[in-house]
Amino acid sequence: MEIIKREKTGKEGDFRIRQLQARDMLRGDLEGDDLEQYVRDRVITTTLDRAANWARGNSLFPATFGLACCAIEMMSVVGARLDIARFGFEAFRASPRQADLLILSGRISIKMAPIVRRIYDQMLDPKYAIAMGACSSSMGVFNNYAIVPADKFMPVDVHVPGCPPRPEALMYGILKLRSMVHADPSLGWRERYDAERTVEVLPAEGEELLRRETAVNALIPEDTAGA
Amino acid sequence: MPDAPGLELLAQDLRDVHADAVVGTEFFRGKGAIQIAPAAIDEVLAFLRGRGFAHLMSVHGVDYYPEEPRLGVQYEMLDREALDRLTVKLRVPLDAPSVPSVTPKWPTANHQEREVYDMFGVVFDGHPDLRRILMPEDYEGHPQRRDFPIGGEPVLFTVAEAAGKDYTMGADNKPKRAETES
Amino acid sequence: MSTTDVTPYRSGEERIDVTQRVQTLPAPPDQELLTLNMGPHHPATHGVLRLLVTLEAEVVRDLKPLIGYVHTGIEKTAEDKSYWKAIPVVERMDYLAYYFNAMAFCGATETLLDVEVPRRAQYLRVIHMELNRIMSHLVWLGTSMLDLGAVTVWWYCFRERETILDLFEQSSGQRMHTRYFQVGGVMEDIPAGFEGNLRKFLKKMPDAIDQYLDLLNRNEIALRRLRDTCPLDEQTLLDLGVTGPLLRASGNPWDLRKAMPYSSYEDFEFKIPVGTRGDNYDRFAVRMQEMKESVKIIEQAIDGLPEGPFITEDRKVALPPRHELATSMEALLHHFKLVTEGFRVPPGEVYYPIEGPRGEYGMFIRSDGSSKPARVHMRDPSFVNLQATEPMVRDAYIADLITTLAMMDPVLGGVDR
Repeated sequence: MEIIKREKTGKEGDFRIRQLQARDMLRGDLEGDDLEQYVRDRVITTTLDRAANWARGNSLFPATFGLACCAIEMMSVVGARLDIARFGFEAFRASPRQADLLILSGRISIKMAPIVRRIYDQMLDPKYAIAMGACSSSMGVFNNYAIVPADKFMPVDVHVPGCPPRPEALMYGILKLRSMVHADPSLGWRERYDAERTVEVLPAEGEELLRRETAVNALIPEDTAGA
Repeated sequence: MPDAPGLELLAQDLRDVHADAVVGTEFFRGKGAIQIAPAAIDEVLAFLRGRGFAHLMSVHGVDYYPEEPRLGVQYEMLDREALDRLTVKLRVPLDAPSVPSVTPKWPTANHQEREVYDMFGVVFDGHPDLRRILMPEDYEGHPQRRDFPIGGEPVLFTVAEAAGKDYTMGADNKPKRAETES
Repeated sequence: MSTTDVTPYRSGEERIDVTQRVQTLPAPPDQELLTLNMGPHHPATHGVLRLLVTLEAEVVRDLKPLIGYVHTGIEKTAEDKSYWKAIPVVERMDYLAYYFNAMAFCGATETLLDVEVPRRAQYLRVIHMELNRIMSHLVWLGTSMLDLGAVTVWWYCFRERETILDLFEQSSGQRMHTRYFQVGGVMEDIPAGFEGNLRKFLKKMPDAIDQYLDLLNRNEIALRRLRDTCPLDEQTLLDLGVTGPLLRASGNPWDLRKAMPYSSYEDFEFKIPVGTRGDNYDRFAVRMQEMKESVKIIEQAIDGLPEGPFITEDRKVALPPRHELATSMEALLHHFKLVTEGFRVPPGEVYYPIEGPRGEYGMFIRSDGSSKPARVHMRDPSFVNLQATEPMVRDAYIADLITTLAMMDPVLGGVDR
């Protein structure tokens, strides 16, 4: 996570001048060159992409997906001491269709793994997954027949170690994900799903292909049964 | 806890009522245990209920591998009036692992007997709904037997990861692990 | 309970007529039954619990809980590790009551070894266990009220919970799963400053509980949802093997801390809160009052904390203190043996029950004479209490099902182990 320090331009009396300028602006008294200078000082120009990335990163909706002990520490992150709402992530959505961050907090048993995969499939792109704790990243404390690490069946973006990780550690992982999203929200999905050099499928031949090869819950155009 | 003489008296009374039920008694660290024949579990628990042990707290299984008979089921009884605890133990061999179920008279044993079935393979005759409870329905094997392998993933050291051996899946749905295991 | 001045409307809240809800629907013979699957991923289930609910309109006619979605094979993993190494593994069973899991395991091992725990260690164990009980009830209260819709209570509860976790961090270095309890005593003595922080917390806690009660006890919505919903009589609960606050809510005062005391609980004076009607409100009130009683126990424990060793002096079981390693050869050998192989436990089988926040935690250990346990089994109260869900919610509305699940406080880590 990088912290970019911006130097303070201007001298002591600048604040008072800015205050008076703002007062004039509100009254409608600022005109001409003064107005132009005022506006130029306050507008950030950027590309639409970067603005959209900034907005995406600051409003991730995590899915309520607590599995085991790490879920309790995830709840601590939402609590008042380590407020996740100051980053904009307090809207935990219950439905995976509305969420874009899956925090796998806890051990994933072999009975639960297909269900986790199904929930991950139900989320809409761009979607991210954080494997919180040792059990979901690797096998954790329990290296045995009953659990499976998340990397075996779904792509994970950030692994947060710990058993359970402190809320501060989870916060660090979430912020790392946030800065990754600011850089590039898709996080390289083409490499991840091995979809390099794929071509767009045209509707005529594509329908048949879609019908045969897609997951159960994909939208097929013109097929509105059960919508 | 019934002390050692009390335990012997209890076992004697039990023998008077049901002749071949009791196989042995043990008194270990201040707590008594009665070893019984598997077929008689229902009568024994009814007898103990009459003697005040009206609460069944736990039904759990043990695998005594390599001793025979291999599978054991233990019942923890509690007497709330006299503040007593008593264990009832039974052993069944692997080739005939059936025990009469006590669920009809003691509803608390429902999930617990299912767990013993799931983990050890002990079949409880007369159980209303005997199926796996903790493992997936189509799982094969009984995990907590002593000869069931513990399983797990090989530990992924960063040295191995740099050499290209890891267990994540590649695009062809096959593990990316290199042929030679380290 | 605080009694601020109450307007005439609010003072009449206790007399709200709830009889209209108690009538069950008559069942017309051709009413269609709908089987709905709730979970395992559902905002209202406490962990990954899957319920197959058979509904007739909005009334629950049948309920089947399906568990095993967080089964971790902890019992089998513990067979692979020496007794010392198995303590952290076993702690992770019921992940809100980790001190109780460790206490049951250490108590069972100490019974097998026939080793005595010094009094100071027993008092320290009591302090930490009661703090854990308060913490578990706080999480229960926060998440239950979240299910009911009273979202604010959650933040209040977690504020207190953070203070308790700070205390745990001060005594053992970890917030959760602290492995503070060792076989023979506790890992380390409490540091300087722990007592001061603990007393500050104890002074603040009863007021905090009053705050939660202020929010909920005279709240019409909470009362309507909790009063007279899903009661269950004592005999059915006893037949189903239910223990803990669920049983006490129906009037039976069974508590192992009073009935069969362990770890010097007999030195403390506290009461057992007992309900009258066995409905959801009683389950709620019993746990709130239990929190206050736990505060009393901790106060008495810290006031009367005896001097002495914090772990047994038997060097064959507990590590010798480090300064001895420089001077004594036997200490060095003991240390080496304990760390590499672990202590050997004489063969036998033992069942050690304790009273945790959800009921009776009974640890069964079978030892075959080696340094690794041959069978570890935890009789978890949530596993057994879950069987009581179906009798409770039969013929109640589905909203009452959510309330009842919340008031039952199942922790799926303990259910599935």
